[in-house]
Amino acid sequence: MAYLIYDGSFEGFLSVVFQCYQQKLSPTNICKESDFQEVLFAQKQTIPSNPKQAQRVWKALQKKLHRRNQELPLRAFLSEHPGIEMMLYRFIRRVFDTSFSIETDYGDSDVLQLKKLERKVLKETARLLQFVRFQETSDGIYFAPIEPEFDVLPFTLHHFKDRFADQQWLIYDLRRDYGFYYNLKTVDEVTLSEKAFSTIDGKVNTNLLEEKEVHYQKLWKNYFDSINIKERKNLKVQRQYMPQRYWKFLPEKSPRIKD
Amino acid sequence: MHEKVQKKLKILADAAKYDVSCSSSGNSRSNSRGGIGNAVAAGICHSFTDDGRCISLFKILMTNHCIYDCAYCINRRTNDRARATFTVQEIVDLTINFYRRNYIEGLFLSSGVIKNPDYTMERLMLVAKKLRLEERFNGYIHMKAIPGASQELIQNAGYYVDRMSVNIEIPTEQQLEKLAPEKNYPSIIRPMNQISEGILAYKEERRKYRRVRKFTPAGQSTQLIVGASPESDRQILQLSSNFYHQQQLKRVYYSGYLPVNTYDQRLPAIQSPPLVRENRLYQSDWLMRFYEFSADEILTSDQPFLDLDVDPKLAYALRNLHLFPIDINRADYHMLLRVPGIGVQSAKMIVDARRFRRLTSYHLKKIGVVLKRAQYFITCNELAPRMTDWEPQRLKSHIVAASQMKRRKAGDTQLMLFHPTMNSPAIPKQLHSKN
Repeated sequence: MAYLIYDGSFEGFLSVVFQCYQQKLSPTNICKESDFQEVLFAQKQTIPSNPKQAQRVWKALQKKLHRRNQELPLRAFLSEHPGIEMMLYRFIRRVFDTSFSIETDYGDSDVLQLKKLERKVLKETARLLQFVRFQETSDGIYFAPIEPEFDVLPFTLHHFKDRFADQQWLIYDLRRDYGFYYNLKTVDEVTLSEKAFSTIDGKVNTNLLEEKEVHYQKLWKNYFDSINIKERKNLKVQRQYMPQRYWKFLPEKSPRIKD
Repeated sequence: MHEKVQKKLKILADAAKYDVSCSSSGNSRSNSRGGIGNAVAAGICHSFTDDGRCISLFKILMTNHCIYDCAYCINRRTNDRARATFTVQEIVDLTINFYRRNYIEGLFLSSGVIKNPDYTMERLMLVAKKLRLEERFNGYIHMKAIPGASQELIQNAGYYVDRMSVNIEIPTEQQLEKLAPEKNYPSIIRPMNQISEGILAYKEERRKYRRVRKFTPAGQSTQLIVGASPESDRQILQLSSNFYHQQQLKRVYYSGYLPVNTYDQRLPAIQSPPLVRENRLYQSDWLMRFYEFSADEILTSDQPFLDLDVDPKLAYALRNLHLFPIDINRADYHMLLRVPGIGVQSAKMIVDARRFRRLTSYHLKKIGVVLKRAQYFITCNELAPRMTDWEPQRLKSHIVAASQMKRRKAGDTQLMLFHPTMNSPAIPKQLHSKN
C-alpha cells in the first residue's frame, strides 16, 4: 500500500508521475493533500510540486499523443472525478510504455473513461461560450459572472478575446473567486477583494450600470418571450440544453426584469 | 422611444418565430482589426425558449407588412394583425448591442415583401452592408433571399452574409399554386440555383487565387411546411435529397404546420401541429446527411409515409432483416451505421477500438451503444444473435412494447401520497370544487 500525496494542482500531479518513474514507485493511490485521510498500515509519501519535472512529463506526453488528444490529460484532470489521478497515471504509463498509439483503445476502461470525462469538460467549456452574459457598467466595462462546474474559464479566453476585441470585459468565476480582465490589449487574471456585485447571482448594483443596460435586458427578455411558439411548449428539452444552474445569470430567465 | 422599439420588437419577433432555421454553423472567421465578432464553425446556441428550440441568431423580420396572401402564412395581407417596420438603423443597433452582451451569434434577417421584391431585398442588403462595413461586424449573418428579387441584388447580398436561404414552404408546384397563387415555383427555384452556382463559382476561383471575395461561405438552406398540403413523406424526402445532392444545400428544415389561419378552407383542419411526423422527417434527414442512407432506402415506392411508431432507421432494419445480424468485429463503418442503436459516434469508436481487441457486448454498452435495440441486429464475441427468426412485425411490436415499458416505469417511480382524484377530507367539498 503506497499512497502518494500531492498538492492538488495539475503540475503537482505531473510531478508525481515524474517521481514514479525516477524512484520506480508503484502507487496504489494518488491523493490530493486536502482529500487525504490517514490510513493504517499504509506507506505514504508526499511529493512536492516541481515545475521543471512537470514540464518534462508534459513535453514527453505532447510528443507521444495525437494532436487531437494533446489536451486530454489536462481536460480529464479538470473534471475532478474521484479516482481520476490513478486513471490518468495508468493511462500515461501505458502511453509511454507502448510503441504504438493506444489513445483509441476504447475497450480499455481507463481510455474510455478519460475520453468521456474530457467530453464532459469540453461540454462545460462550450456552455461558457453559450451562457456568459455581459452587463455593461457605467465605466464601460462589460462584466459577466459565471459559475462553471469545472475550472474551465481559461479555455474560453481565446474565444472571448478574439470576439470582443474592442470592448473591455471581465469574466468572473464566482465559485472559485477569480476572473479574467481584458484591457483591450491583454487578458489578465484578477481576484476582486471588494465586489460591487452580488456574489450569488452576479447582478451588478443598479447604480453602477450603464443607463441603457436595463433597457437592453428588457428588450432581450421581450424578444425571448416573443420568439417562443406556445403550441410547441417543451420545457424538458429546454432544461436539457440549458441547465437550470445557469438560469440565474441569464436576463431572459430572470424574474426581476419585467416589461 | 424605448417603448416604441419594445413594441416593434414584440410584433416582429412574434412574426419571425415560424422560421425554423437558427443555426450559426458552417463558417469560421476570426475578427478583423478594430472589428467586433467572429464566427465559430460549429455554431453556438445562446439560449433555449420554452418550446425547446435554440436561439442562436437574433431572428427578426424587417417588416411584417406583406403584399402576398399565402394561405399558410400568419403575415398574409388579409390577416388583421398588428404590423410594424424596423428601420435599418434600429436593426443594426439591436444586433450590435445584443451581440456585445453575448446574447446572440449574429443576425437572421427576413422580411415580408413590401412594394416589390427588389425594394425589399435592397433594404435587407442595406442592413448587412451597414453591419459589415460601418460597424465592422464579423459575426454571423443569415439572410432570406426574397423570391423574385433581381439577380444583382442577391449576388451583392451574398458577399456580405454567411448563409442565405429561400423558403420553398410547399413541396410541390401544384400545391403552391393552390395555396399561394401570387407566387410561382420558378421564382423560388431561380434564386436557389443562383446561390448554389455562386458558391460553386467561388470555390472554383478560390482554387486559382488566394484572395477571392467569399460568397455565402456557410451555404444555403431552405424550409418546408409539413402537413399543410397532402404531399407524402416520400415526396418530401426525395425533394430534400435532390436539394442536398443537386443544389448542395446545407440544411433542409421541416416545420410541422401550425393551424395559424384556421378560417382558410384550403388548409386541413387540425388541432395540433404534426410534431411526431416532423420528428420522423428530421430523423430521416439525419439518416441522409450523416448515416449514408439514400432517400429510396428510407421509404420505398410501396410505402409513401414514415412509420410514426418506430424511427426510420429501425423501420429500415425491420424491412431488411436479411442484412442482419452483422458482426461488430468485422462489419465496415457503413454497415455499422445501419444498426439501430448505433450512432455516428459509437460507430467511429467501434471501428477505432476493435483494432486493439475483440469487442464484447460489455464494451459496446460502455461505448454507448443502445443494446436494447442493437441486440437484435448484431453479433459480437459472446453475444448470440437474438431472435432473428422472428417475423418483422413481431419484432417491431416487441421493441415498441419494451420502449413503452421504460416510459411507464419512469412515471411510476414515485408513489403519490394522495391519489390525484381523491378528495382530501381536510378540505370541505365546496371549497375544493371551486379550485
